[in-house]
Amino acid sequence: MNHSTETCMRELSVDKITEAVKRLCIEAACDLPEDVEKLIREAVDKEESKFGKYSLEKIVKNVELSRNENAPMCQDTGIVVVFAEVGQDLRLVGGSLTDAINEGVRQGYEEGYLRKSVVEDPVLNRKNTGDNTPAVIYTELVPGNEIKLQILPKGAGSENMGALKMLKPAEGLEGVKNFIIQAVTQAGGNPCPPVIVGVGIGGTMDKSTLLAKKALARHAGEPHANPEYQALEEELLEEINKLGIGPQGFGGKVTALAVHIETYPTHIATMPVAVCLNCHAARHKEVTL
Amino acid sequence: MSHVKKIVTPLTEEQVKGLQAGDQVSISGVIYTARDAAHKLLTEAIQTGEELPVDFKGQIIYYAGPTPAKPGQVIGSCGPTTSGRMDAYSPTMMAQGLKGMIGKGPRSKEVVESMKENNVVYFAAIGGAAALIADSVKEAEVVAFDELGPEAIRRLVVEDYPCIVAIDAQGNNLYELGVEQYKVTD
Repeated sequence: MNHSTETCMRELSVDKITEAVKRLCIEAACDLPEDVEKLIREAVDKEESKFGKYSLEKIVKNVELSRNENAPMCQDTGIVVVFAEVGQDLRLVGGSLTDAINEGVRQGYEEGYLRKSVVEDPVLNRKNTGDNTPAVIYTELVPGNEIKLQILPKGAGSENMGALKMLKPAEGLEGVKNFIIQAVTQAGGNPCPPVIVGVGIGGTMDKSTLLAKKALARHAGEPHANPEYQALEEELLEEINKLGIGPQGFGGKVTALAVHIETYPTHIATMPVAVCLNCHAARHKEVTL
Repeated sequence: MSHVKKIVTPLTEEQVKGLQAGDQVSISGVIYTARDAAHKLLTEAIQTGEELPVDFKGQIIYYAGPTPAKPGQVIGSCGPTTSGRMDAYSPTMMAQGLKGMIGKGPRSKEVVESMKENNVVYFAAIGGAAALIADSVKEAEVVAFDELGPEAIRRLVVEDYPCIVAIDAQGNNLYELGVEQYKVTD
């Protein structure tokens, strides 16, 4: 038994979670994180194409305006993806975690005047639930007695351009690179470039897509801890920016702001690769309670 | 920036013919929002011969679903959505006399062909610049499909709404021309 990871048991009312989720939903919609903004501002200087530069300048102006006026930067305020890391020594009281998160989303989207973009049934009725619930919630048990919540309101323009391929191990690193480049090429101007490219490699089919999404929660532009994957991220970013897609797909030098790769061990017979794209309004907020 | 062409809606055939891919325009007048669900209902109504809630002759459809307006506001944030999702419906709408579309992102070959046949122009607005765009909207009113919430058809009165002609009625396509120009082949 590893005593070093043990903490004292602690209680937390789920009301605190509702409150935090509500606040973070509104903040995420209106206040682009500085890490993303920094990359967009750098892109303005790098971009050479007329319409590419024009788009980026408008985007920067929009970021400033939405922050100052507490207005959503994009009308697609997304479906809310929540990554909850729950300490195993934390006891949640007063209700269920899922209900508390959804209540936070409900309140945040109502009080923040955010768009309700979730439909009840994906195929049959496609009726709007009217309060942007339910959120897509992933919980993970971790050591400790705290809860970390990461909130990613995800727009569908970029989400629709995601891709997954179960590669054969023989396809190797080249196969991985080719598939990622292909996914970004096919997405073209649709996902509101410049994008952040989330890549998940390994695990199983489902695990790779989850990793690709989780990669988008990383501080934008922060490199992978492993120098080899860091080099791969840099190489892919360079290759993607040679595609010429540019801001909004109008042609240009900046198609992606960053590439984030996450990996997981996998089966001897497979090599899943998933690509999840985020638009330039790469909204992510987090809190630890 | 270069010269901006001022456009007042509804669009005439001559106006559409005079626009070229890469032109910067500023649009004033009435435009109608419609996106996925509204397009589905509109094209279903056309198929069954029902009267449409809006006469789209000479009009512009804006692919957008705004955030709710705060008290005192005309409209919430109101940027363009991905146009490609409307590709399946657009030729039917163009056959109704629709003259312009505003959205973001490339269109299918079928849509471009239909644009050439019907003399229609496709404008691109900046995706994700939705707070900024809201400033151009002076009036907003739901005119059909209120039950669709953000997807309802809204009649907007806009003033100097800045757009770029992305695909013109001759089929010149900024998404192809621009990318070709900046593509680097080793």
